[in-house]
Amino acid sequence: MRQFVQQLVNGTVLGATYGLIALGYTMVYGIIQLINFAHGEIFMVGAFGGLTVYRYWLPESLAGNVWVALPAVLIVAIAVSVGTAVLMERLAYRPLRNAPRLAPLITAIGVSIFLQEAVRLFYPGGKRQQPFPQLISSGTFDVAGVTVAWVSVFVVVVAVALMVALQVFVKKTKTGKAMRATSQDPESAKLMGIDINRVIVVTFVLGAALAAVAGVMQGMRFAQIDFRIGFLSGLKAFTAAVLGGIGNITGAVLGGFLLGIVEALATQYVPQGSSWKDVWAFIVLIAVLVVRPGGLLGERVATRA
Amino acid sequence: MAALLEVRDLHVAYGQIDAVRGVSFDVDAGQVVALIGSNGAGKTTTLRTLSGLQRASGGEVRLDGDRIDRLAAHEIVARGVAHAPEGRRLFPRMTIRENLDLGAYRRRDSEVEADVAMVYDLFPILAERRAQAAGTLSGGEQQMLAIGRALMSRPRLLMLDEPSMGLSPLVMRTIFSTLSELKTRGTTLLLVEQNAQAALGLADSGHVLETGRIVLSGTGADLLRDEGVRKAYLGED
Repeated sequence: MRQFVQQLVNGTVLGATYGLIALGYTMVYGIIQLINFAHGEIFMVGAFGGLTVYRYWLPESLAGNVWVALPAVLIVAIAVSVGTAVLMERLAYRPLRNAPRLAPLITAIGVSIFLQEAVRLFYPGGKRQQPFPQLISSGTFDVAGVTVAWVSVFVVVVAVALMVALQVFVKKTKTGKAMRATSQDPESAKLMGIDINRVIVVTFVLGAALAAVAGVMQGMRFAQIDFRIGFLSGLKAFTAAVLGGIGNITGAVLGGFLLGIVEALATQYVPQGSSWKDVWAFIVLIAVLVVRPGGLLGERVATRA
Repeated sequence: MAALLEVRDLHVAYGQIDAVRGVSFDVDAGQVVALIGSNGAGKTTTLRTLSGLQRASGGEVRLDGDRIDRLAAHEIVARGVAHAPEGRRLFPRMTIRENLDLGAYRRRDSEVEADVAMVYDLFPILAERRAQAAGTLSGGEQQMLAIGRALMSRPRLLMLDEPSMGLSPLVMRTIFSTLSELKTRGTTLLLVEQNAQAALGLADSGHVLETGRIVLSGTGADLLRDEGVRKAYLGED
């Protein structure tokens, strides 16, 4: 029983990261029906942005101070991810706005390779794993025999807070309503006076900011990053988004946590489970899509007329 | 004084196909103008071009004397042109109230609430269902919401594309009596209709479109009396 709860905790932490990344996939898909395969790399460059500020910019006297170092790392990570995403939208996707859907999809894969290679070639030491600072004490505490790291608490609390904030933003603010309107009928949104190019940029910005936070979290948890981390995390987060119903924000969060927990439990309970740890996400995806092709909270399968 | 809307020699092409081929007409402030004609005559394309959803391939559109034919759709809305498009195009998973709020998207003033009340007053059924998703409404209710949503921008020119489409005669009469109420309040309307009888009955002036050109223009009453119009559009032999 204790093992089970321990894995639930681990899975929740894992799922929080997946969920944060999945939101970027699902929001962009909801607005422009693009599977942005470069989103995993937005997550990766965020982690590298955070690393850079810690390694090169923070004076040593401040690097140990969590109240300075952590916000600095997060802010720069977000700035790097958001900047990259805005450029990507402007230079790579916007010119293809009215092209057949395959063109932006292939472009996204190209952007993804471009960003990986750029970090590999031009980041100092980018070809190898880079140690990532812990920032928060590496300490743990026990609750009823279950061990929880402080980093895990931080990850889950921040992730949930951001998810709630995003929901409120989309439901309550004027820009959020414009986002929902654009996703439901972009042409009609224009007739309301909505500048849908602006809405699309805002969508990329939000997704990138969440991915940057996830990137820093991932770095803190595994204590290292490299130029490839966006691939697998991106793929799993994409799976989470599809699992929850692509285009659906609540679905992405749900899919993220579900995948994280399944992965943690399967690693524990399936014989040889850990060597298959990257497979469970996709098994769950296939199982769910057989029963519900639109995903758990997906509204319909048919594409918009 | 110049007309509120001036359309001069408007051409619109889809690839090789010329959908609108040199259409010119005016809409004066406070007037109701109807564009009638059969399917494919270019009525919808004309409206879509006026609201910026479609690019003109030639000609000019002026609002209060200023060219608007190169502006993006959201900028044209900001100038005071509202378009309730063909097929209503509501936001189906948003509530009636949210749809109305989006109609007022460009507005920064404090009278949005009063205009919501005005729309509810015009269409009481919408008030009853304000928290319901727009996609759950009947066709007639959706048309009411589409008109209400367009009114929320406080347009100087309201363009309606086929407000009677798919509606029962009874519901259609409700919609047209609301339009005539809007007319008496001084709203400027540009109305595209296949139902020529209803449209011309309301309109101060009308234009008949055939294959992308205006073939006949006149006052609503004149066109209703015109023998060609009666034969072609009112189903008389």
